[in-house]
Amino acid sequence: MRISPTKFISLLFLVLSVFYLYTAYNIQVFAFDENAPFNARTFPIYLGWAGIILSSLKIILPEKITTEVNHKHLDYKSIIYLIIISLIYAAVILKIGYFISTSLFLFASYYFLGERRWGLMFILSFPFVAAFMYLLHGLLNIYLRDPFLKYIGVMG
Amino acid sequence: MIEGILIGLSTALSLTNILMVMVGCFAGTIIGMLPGLGPMTAIALMIPITYGFDPSTGLILMAGVYYGAVFGGSTSSILLNAPGIPGTVATAFDGYPMAQQGKAGKALAIAAYSSFAGGTISAIFLLVAAPSLSKVSLAFRSPDYFALMILGLTAISAFSSKGQFLKAMMMVVLGLMLATVGQDSLSDITRFTFNNMNLTDGISFVLIVMATFAMSEALTIIFRGKDPNRAAKQISLTELGSIKVNKEETIKMAKTIPRSSILGFLIGVLPGAGATIASFLAYGMERNYVNEEEKQKFGKGSVHGLSAPETANNAACSGSFVPLLTLGIPGSGTTAVMLGALLGFGIQPGPRLYQTNPEIFWSVIMSMYIGMVVLLILNLPLIPYIARILAVPRNYLIPLILFFSVTGIYLMSFNNFDIFLMIGIAVVATFLRLYDFPMPPLILAFVLGGLMEETLRRSLLISDGSPNFLWDRPITLIILLITITIVGWQIFSTFRKKS
Repeated sequence: MRISPTKFISLLFLVLSVFYLYTAYNIQVFAFDENAPFNARTFPIYLGWAGIILSSLKIILPEKITTEVNHKHLDYKSIIYLIIISLIYAAVILKIGYFISTSLFLFASYYFLGERRWGLMFILSFPFVAAFMYLLHGLLNIYLRDPFLKYIGVMG
Repeated sequence: MIEGILIGLSTALSLTNILMVMVGCFAGTIIGMLPGLGPMTAIALMIPITYGFDPSTGLILMAGVYYGAVFGGSTSSILLNAPGIPGTVATAFDGYPMAQQGKAGKALAIAAYSSFAGGTISAIFLLVAAPSLSKVSLAFRSPDYFALMILGLTAISAFSSKGQFLKAMMMVVLGLMLATVGQDSLSDITRFTFNNMNLTDGISFVLIVMATFAMSEALTIIFRGKDPNRAAKQISLTELGSIKVNKEETIKMAKTIPRSSILGFLIGVLPGAGATIASFLAYGMERNYVNEEEKQKFGKGSVHGLSAPETANNAACSGSFVPLLTLGIPGSGTTAVMLGALLGFGIQPGPRLYQTNPEIFWSVIMSMYIGMVVLLILNLPLIPYIARILAVPRNYLIPLILFFSVTGIYLMSFNNFDIFLMIGIAVVATFLRLYDFPMPPLILAFVLGGLMEETLRRSLLISDGSPNFLWDRPITLIILLITITIVGWQIFSTFRKKS
């Protein structure tokens, strides 16, 4: 039996709702609140049941409109590259600072999306981020934490 | 009211705020013009920039971005047949054929004049309706608010999801679930944090908006990059033709604009309906109004067919501010983002906003009008130049959107857990979008989650745990009956189509 992607997502949502409901029932409330008409568990319990009912209906009822996605037209390679670059960016931003990590992130993203005009790629990464940082930090007075630039004395 | 208008004008007409409207309109036009990126993304991207501003200035910037993005959406509809937002899909029906006939400049001008007129008329309606409704809404109690929020969430699911009501309702529940993460507002008991300190304060609204809109839009554009159906059929972006509108066309617009404005405003006020439904209804209504000869021109470059949806979608934008400003309950995804931004500034919209922060209340209304004037006098002559933005390769565009999204989150917390969480949510949202699970209901539910739990708590405590509060008061009962009607209609239409 072939299950449609929409029904599969609904099944995942059903599992999530069951887990959410289980966790909701296990929320620790104060002893005096245990039998109150409303406590920290009440709303999540309603939501858990709502999720279970809606996802079950979606699984059981026949699909009126089917969403067809042609996987041959999906660019998995580029999106996986972008997600990996973004994860690396998130991992290093605190360690090497905003300026270098962001500039490298932009440069790498342009490259993996197929860009090869090196000059333009450079301008739209390092000087662009520097200008953006100046706009935020210098003109709009929005604090932008960058330990590296602080260490070399560029930022106060 | 005159005093309020003057307060609003004096705030909105300060040099900084005029500059912000101009910047907002310009930035909004550029972002809104890019296919796939709508006003919600545009406003979300602006939130980090407004951190350093005072609330009025921040909101004025966002109002400018909102109108700019709607106008920008029309531009990509007309020039590329690729609507930036669902609200401008109907614009493409006649705007794109007009552009193919070599009258792209004229089509853009008609869209701009119609948007301006629709926005102006509805801003006047807003001026009159908002204070009156504010007074009425002071009589609303917790059960009424709870019922109203249920109505808003049901309506947005019914109207915004192309017949996928259950999918939209699942997104509503998901949004509400995400809103329960963190400390309970009354007891401070932590829920669904799984002992992670980063989740104690809950998930940030900006993070959810950035993940489900800005970042997920960018990933979707890349993901569907090989889809031949989505490749834009580009017309010349340098030869747009004249932007002059002749007398006959002006007369046609003058007939269309008043009725489309009224319709658009009324639809905009309804929770969940918004610009998309308003523009389609206005298009359909206009087709019924015109004579047989004009009717034949619909879909082939009709002035009526272009003017009606453009007028209505702008009128609906102003209309959607009525429930936000008077009840504190957004009726659409975009106004939900605006509500999140208002809460970020420490302002709770609602009936008391009119009394406690009149300068904000009025300056937002006045800045909408100023935004439209700016759009007309600044953007229209610049359209041939702005249109070239459409030629920016996605290889540059996508990384820049991702960069703005990550920066917005980094500025907020200086914490990489939030960035990881945002990437995770964005990836899930990208797959959900692929299978037509709509995101606006999720955002609206996330924004309303806290308030909904609060009003349910009060209602249940007052009624000692009994569900009687849902039908004890006539207002609550009426709202509940409307909600049941919407759900009933969805079930009925499902079975009717099946049979």
